[in-house]
Amino acid sequence: MSGQNEHKTMTLKLIVWRQNGKNGPGRFETYTAREITEHHSFLEMLDVVNEDLIKEGKEPIIFDHDCREGICGVCSQVINGVPHGGQERTTVCQLHMRKFKDGDTIYIEPWRARAFPILKDLMVDRSALDTIIQAGGYTSAHTGGAPDANAIPIPKPDAEYSMDAAECIGCGACVAACPNGAAMLFTGAKVAQLAVLPQGKVEAKERARAMIKAMQECGFGNCTNHYECQAACPKGIHVKFIARLNREYIRALIG
Amino acid sequence: MEILTNTVGRKVLMAVTGLFMLFFVIVHLLGNSTIFVGPSALNTYAEKLHSLGPLVWAFRAFMLAMLGVHVLFGVLLTLENWAANPGKYAVNRKLKANFSSETMIWTGALLFAFLVYHLLQFTLRVTPDIIPEAVAKRPGDVYAMVVGSFRHTAISLIYVGAMVVLFLHLKHGIQSFFQSLGWSNDRTLPRFETIGNVLSALFLLGYSAIPILILVGFLTR
Amino acid sequence: MNLNGKCPTGPIEKTWDKHRFDMKLVNPANKRKYKILVVGTGLAGASAAASLAELGYNVEAFCYQDSPRRAHSIAAQGGINASKNYPNDGDSIYRLFYDTVKGGDFRAREADVWRLAQVSSHIIDQCVAQGVPFARDYAGYLDNRSFGGAQVSRTFYARGQTGQQLLLGAYSALSRQIKAGMVKMFPRTEMLDLVLVDGEAKGITVRDLISGEIRCHVGDAVLLCTGGYVNVFYLSTMAMGASVTAIWKAYKKGAFFANPCYTQIHPTCIPQSGDYQSKLTLMSESLRNDGRCWVPKNRGDNRSPNDIPEEDRDYYLERKYPSFGNLAPRDIASRAAKEQCDDGRGVGPGGRGVYLDFRDSIARLGEETIRERYGNLFEMYERITDENGYKVPMRIYPAPHYAMGGLWVDYNLMSNIPGLFVLGEANFSVHGANRLGASALMQGLADGYFVIPYTVAHYLAQTKPGKAKEDHAECRKSIEDVKGSMKKLLSINGRRTVTELMRELGTLMWNNVGMARSKEGLTEVIMKIPGIREEFWQNLRVTGNGAQINQQLENAGRTADFLEFAELLCRDALHRNESCGGHFRVEYQYEDGEAKRDDKNYCYSAAWEFKGVDSEPELHKEPLEFKEVHLAVRSYK
Ligand SMILES: Cc1cc2nc3c(=O)[nH]c(=O)nc-3n(C[C@H](O)[C@H](O)[C@H](O)COP(=O)(O)OP(=O)(O)OC[C@H]3O[C@@H](n4cnc5c(N)ncnc54)[C@H](O)[C@@H]3O)c2cc1C
Ligand code: HEM
Ligand code: HEM
Ligand code: SF4
Ligand code: F3S
Ligand code: FES
Repeated sequence: MSGQNEHKTMTLKLIVWRQNGKNGPGRFETYTAREITEHHSFLEMLDVVNEDLIKEGKEPIIFDHDCREGICGVCSQVINGVPHGGQERTTVCQLHMRKFKDGDTIYIEPWRARAFPILKDLMVDRSALDTIIQAGGYTSAHTGGAPDANAIPIPKPDAEYSMDAAECIGCGACVAACPNGAAMLFTGAKVAQLAVLPQGKVEAKERARAMIKAMQECGFGNCTNHYECQAACPKGIHVKFIARLNREYIRALIG
Repeated sequence: MEILTNTVGRKVLMAVTGLFMLFFVIVHLLGNSTIFVGPSALNTYAEKLHSLGPLVWAFRAFMLAMLGVHVLFGVLLTLENWAANPGKYAVNRKLKANFSSETMIWTGALLFAFLVYHLLQFTLRVTPDIIPEAVAKRPGDVYAMVVGSFRHTAISLIYVGAMVVLFLHLKHGIQSFFQSLGWSNDRTLPRFETIGNVLSALFLLGYSAIPILILVGFLTR
Repeated sequence: MNLNGKCPTGPIEKTWDKHRFDMKLVNPANKRKYKILVVGTGLAGASAAASLAELGYNVEAFCYQDSPRRAHSIAAQGGINASKNYPNDGDSIYRLFYDTVKGGDFRAREADVWRLAQVSSHIIDQCVAQGVPFARDYAGYLDNRSFGGAQVSRTFYARGQTGQQLLLGAYSALSRQIKAGMVKMFPRTEMLDLVLVDGEAKGITVRDLISGEIRCHVGDAVLLCTGGYVNVFYLSTMAMGASVTAIWKAYKKGAFFANPCYTQIHPTCIPQSGDYQSKLTLMSESLRNDGRCWVPKNRGDNRSPNDIPEEDRDYYLERKYPSFGNLAPRDIASRAAKEQCDDGRGVGPGGRGVYLDFRDSIARLGEETIRERYGNLFEMYERITDENGYKVPMRIYPAPHYAMGGLWVDYNLMSNIPGLFVLGEANFSVHGANRLGASALMQGLADGYFVIPYTVAHYLAQTKPGKAKEDHAECRKSIEDVKGSMKKLLSINGRRTVTELMRELGTLMWNNVGMARSKEGLTEVIMKIPGIREEFWQNLRVTGNGAQINQQLENAGRTADFLEFAELLCRDALHRNESCGGHFRVEYQYEDGEAKRDDKNYCYSAAWEFKGVDSEPELHKEPLEFKEVHLAVRSYK
């Protein structure tokens, strides 16, 4: 166990998108990652490459990262064509190099969608997701004066359903994966989380309308039910929440 | 009208119009299947339909509207989607999206082309050169018209090709309908997908059987 | 100088209500004339910003992440305490108060803790109203569990993502105020200096992390809600960007830093696997309910753990602490693991790990039961280590996890600088020398939702709005200072990277100041740190420039602050000649290894005043009085 694999290292060829600033032209650059063990996380592998770059006096590859434990939702890289790299229920920061082999070539790109302008290299601007939440992803409960938490019992299945939707980490992989650059999974998850709870029902109709509107105004595409979003989602958010969003909207239309 | 501009609203319209067209495809297949019963069965069926007069025209206008709305929003949505996703990835790997889901606009466009051709041929009958003289003189003999046409290998192939296109469009379209109307959930979605696969395969088999069987000389009378 | 926490007096159960009544109010029509700057959007910051905006104040909120929703509060797994007593198992405000004071090893103010316990139950109400999907039972009522050895079930949870759900609740309230135009949100913006005008906190200088612009924001009060500092150990359970910077800059402007040596180590983290490692991941402590900790009896035993027979295993926790065994408190379990590894019997890469073995409980309960209880943790463990915890024992090791210390604040959460308020993990208040599991989330939200709306008003009611303008001389000076230090960092052009230097500092700190501290170790570190600082300022290399996204520059700034702060932490640890809570001095222990507190000499909060980077800070004491809970020695045997 201990130490049996410690000396086995890999060398990998990375083909990475580099782009200087929002409007700067982008291009692929090739780098070599050396001395990578199977225990390196994907981001730690990039750390190694970056340390080398800095020592050569070059600018390191810029990428978003913070918690490195799969919960903050900030890490965002498309690895060989799949956001977060395609390991089920795994964010880039939780992806480990044992999923790769010595000598592999790895393409690393930023999220690509009109609503997510590239800021630099692999870093994109996802503030559009915040804009969607600001349009109605809340209950208008003000601080203080809330009734006792147990005043309204919520059936366990509803609470579970709500929690299933609430697990979304707002990473935007669904948008990056969607052939249409649609944010329906993200939006659907929030609408569904609140719509099923008594606290959220009150504003359900207005919420669905407002959030869909914001989504459109932000430049996201339309859903044509490819379900690629669910497959790429690191939290496995189900497309049933998109159906729920559609249902809530129809309800809002019918009045 | 909010529904016309709202992304979900438009999908609802797509779904509803698609559904009506789906109904037509089902009924049309059933009607066409009378061809296997014999010439008189198909001809009687056709006659009956024609005798409905204004109802037929109302129905046609309705279907045309359905098609129009469906096509209009199909094209609009697709154009918007192309704009919303400008960059393709250097490596194209998909986990769930598939050929059928990614080609809806193209299978739809081909279906549209097929429909034009199909109507010109069998409803307006403006392609007389390939329809036997005798049929042109006896407008009621739909059976002869169909059989006569499908004896041409090219025409049969066009039809079979179109049926493959229909299959692709509906394989994605049918389950998509339930999802767009918000009727699916984690339990039912796989079932709707199965239903979509089975139905669209049935259409492929059922519709293709007519030209193929005629071509191989099964229905000659 | 003795500090005064300005706690209200009288019967403890009346203190908060009485104080609320005594505080001044701001006239509703005047509220919009005041602007409040909120730095940080974790549980503390987001809840404060949303609540203040709702009251009608103008709020500007800042965070370094790309969205307020990503503050590190999001990572909290276990749960949040509240004295609801829903399970009817004997909980009460008083019991939560009592447990917290005692858990903090008698190093917190009673009045602060009381208030926390009192408002705790409103927090749950508030969150439920926001749509936080807490776990429920089949009757539809909220479910509770017992956490961190508490004798009552007072912990509310949302799967293993309680922090995430609470933060999303606060974030949604914040989003609502952003939409309403009451909060202006500045994400990807890092505070790099505090601006004082006439001795009052009236502004902050920030760097826009995208454009590199350095600018000053002014307001009538500044709230720092910037989280904890345990990244001073380099490897910790904190987010990569978590730093001491905001509160350190405030400290350098005169705010007192209290109890920096009170840091908490969490026993069940996934061990480090190599030098490249960038962060440590926590696994819920609940694992110790069914797992047995052991190491091989013999050094250098390289056999696979399953091949090591019973007689060659040392179940050290069960051996040393027979009655608590594997459930020994966090600090005890952590130190015991370190001892085994220091003794050369650690397992896994680098010998920094101990086994957490489920073999016996699987044999007893079946794999299915274990999977039901901990399935997600086993999955997470496997994702990171590629090992199947059902088949081979897990490996765990302690990691720095939480900072009880922080800026000194009075009962109103105001620091010694008028107008500077400090909330959440960034302040030092309620947890004393040790924080109980599930109490940090409670504190963050209590501060933001239920305390600050009153106490800020009390301050604002006594000050005129708009005292400072963006072009104030102090603002311009601060901007120049920040620009100067950015320029300096960029121009050193040496050979060492930021990460290398931070790792060097962190290793030094972890080895000597992490789980156990000694006079020699601390003295040595205090001597060594200036050397690393020197190396940093002489030999650092930061490529790129300051007028664009430059993550090295951000890290360099944070590291520079850690390099100064680390010394303060050590000095505090060195001065505190006792062991209490998370602070363990090897010289001060009972024979069984239990921490030996010295209430006669150290029953105070230590608040340090900045006197220059290379000068010793000045100590101010705030004596602690215990009227309700009597000073007692913790015992777990
Ligand atoms: C892995 C883990 C598990 C935990 N589990 C639990 C648990 O189960 N129960 C419990 O009660 N507690 C738990 N805790 C502790 C608890 O999560 C934290 O103490 C608490 O969430 C801190 O909240 P906060 O609002 O004070 O700070 P944070 O949530 O850390 O927020 C800090 C904010 O400040 C901002 N910021 C920092 N510096 C700057 C700067 N210079 N300029 C601008 N912005 C800045 C950040 O952007 C961020 O928005 C856990 C902690 C960790 C790490
Ligand atoms: C092998 C397959 C098919 C055969 C043999 C066939 C046959 C016919 C015939 C004979 C008619 C004329 C009926 C009449 O005028 O009395 C007709 C009409 C029509 N068909 Fe088909 N068809 C086939 C497939 C399809 C498909 C796949 C579609 C649509 C997707 C379609 C759509 C139509 C339409 C819209 C009309 C006009 C109906 C009307 O007059 O109102 N057909 N078809
Ligand atoms: C016989 C004719 C047709 C039928 C039966 C049909 C049916 C359907 C159905 C059921 C859907 C799914 C609706 C939903 O998503 O909920 C659909 C979608 C779609 N159709 Fe058609 N359609 C037909 C013709 C066309 C034509 C002519 C076009 C051409 C432009 C077209 C383009 C589309 C597009 C773009 C979609 C959306 C893709 C998607 O939902 O995934 N269709 N169609
Ligand atoms: S739905 Fe999934 S992929 Fe989309 S933002 Fe949420 S977690 Fe990320
Ligand atoms: S991939 Fe895109 S098309 Fe819809 S189902 Fe998901 S948003
Ligand atoms: S860095 Fe937080 S989810 Fe990956």
